[in-house]
Amino acid sequence: MRGALVIFRKDLSIEWRTREGVSSVLVLGLLLLVVLTVAHDAPPEAAPALAPSFLWATFLFTGLLGVQRGFLLERENDCLAGLLVSPIDPAAIYVGKLAANVALLAVMQLFVVPLVGLFLHLDLMPVLPALLVVLALGNFGFAALATLFAAISVRVRAREVMLPLLLLPLLVPLLIGTVSATRSVLAGGLALATDAVTVLVAFDVIFAVAGWLLFAYVVRD
Amino acid sequence: MSGVGIRGAENAAPPLVAEGLVRAYAGVRVLAGVDLTVETGETLALLGPNGAGKTTLLRVFALLLRPSAGRLTLFGVDARSAPPALRRRLGYLAHESFCYPDLSGEENLAFHARLFRVPAARERVAALLAWAGLETAGRRPIRFYSRGMSQRLALARALLHEPDLLLLDEPFSGLDPAAVETLQERLVALREAGRAIVLTTHDLDRAAPIATRTAILHRGRIASVLDGRGADDVAAAYRAVVAGGR
Repeated sequence: MRGALVIFRKDLSIEWRTREGVSSVLVLGLLLLVVLTVAHDAPPEAAPALAPSFLWATFLFTGLLGVQRGFLLERENDCLAGLLVSPIDPAAIYVGKLAANVALLAVMQLFVVPLVGLFLHLDLMPVLPALLVVLALGNFGFAALATLFAAISVRVRAREVMLPLLLLPLLVPLLIGTVSATRSVLAGGLALATDAVTVLVAFDVIFAVAGWLLFAYVVRD
Repeated sequence: MSGVGIRGAENAAPPLVAEGLVRAYAGVRVLAGVDLTVETGETLALLGPNGAGKTTLLRVFALLLRPSAGRLTLFGVDARSAPPALRRRLGYLAHESFCYPDLSGEENLAFHARLFRVPAARERVAALLAWAGLETAGRRPIRFYSRGMSQRLALARALLHEPDLLLLDEPFSGLDPAAVETLQERLVALREAGRAIVLTTHDLDRAAPIATRTAILHRGRIASVLDGRGADDVAAAYRAVVAGGR
């Protein structure tokens, strides 16, 4: 796993230097939230019902952008081949890229979650610990699947279109789970979200293991 | 480009044995049954016209492409398993540098040194940057490098972990005459230290002085192998193979 750590640190180093990934996902996140807020023009009593969909719709589209960029780094100068000729297990490349994506998406969540509260006039502080659990599970599950599919799509033509086309149908269970869990958390706490959290944990485990096992076949020609 | 230490290579099995290697893309056989052996302490120059399959063959040797058929054995190990330890013994220079544009030359080499677990990595990186003439430019993002600087950095990256088998795809491309000379000296020193080298090139004058054997790849097959000939002999053999369509 040392190789994974080296790749993770490299990705963070490039992101820190360019800030291209973070800045683009934050701007897109802000724009999506503004559009959703204006489109719904919701009264305050509707806020708890709308917040989960605002939160996860924004997360989904900004996440797609962030994860795709993470693999475009590896496309320039054929850097992915540079990783593949090195003496590390391809699974370590997956873990390193996954960790970098989780970190990027966590930064985006830190930005988006307070904005959802602000735009919908919703006090999220009382439910924050439970909400963080759901956010972490949703983040990891999304990154686990998206990292695998970004590795596939980066090697094909029309890659910008291919990633959402491949990924979004498979993300439906995660989206249902995260929206349901967030709604339950906002209604009373994590205890009400047991079923949805179970779905999220199962999704995370299945796709993290699948990514770990399949990544070598995806990236090697 | 000068002054980097060389480790000796010890292994009884030949570094590379290819038997009937075939690689097809969408039904088209780019490699149509390549048989080739590269011994320790040998420099094999691989020549061939455009589209002959040189780059594909090197990518198969570098374990980046799986052969559609045939067998590749590296240092006595069946390459189908491609264990990480086997990749540690290979150094591969491709057409692309494998380096991140937003990192400096030094950071790129340090990154690859960590991947390959190069001992005394800081000193090794500094020595290779000096060898490549990139001491000052090494601190700049490589996005701003010229073609020749990128090529020198890519060569430094391929040499970083002191591989026992060097696979060089057009190593002289983009280099000025002084850098070509330094690279030739380096490759001769590596060969004399027991390393095996396979390089592809269109530049007979630059490859012939350092090659111990020359193989001509044509239509996905090794059409001819020449032992230690001068550039004129190799050029004549090359023309005969390509014009004769052997």
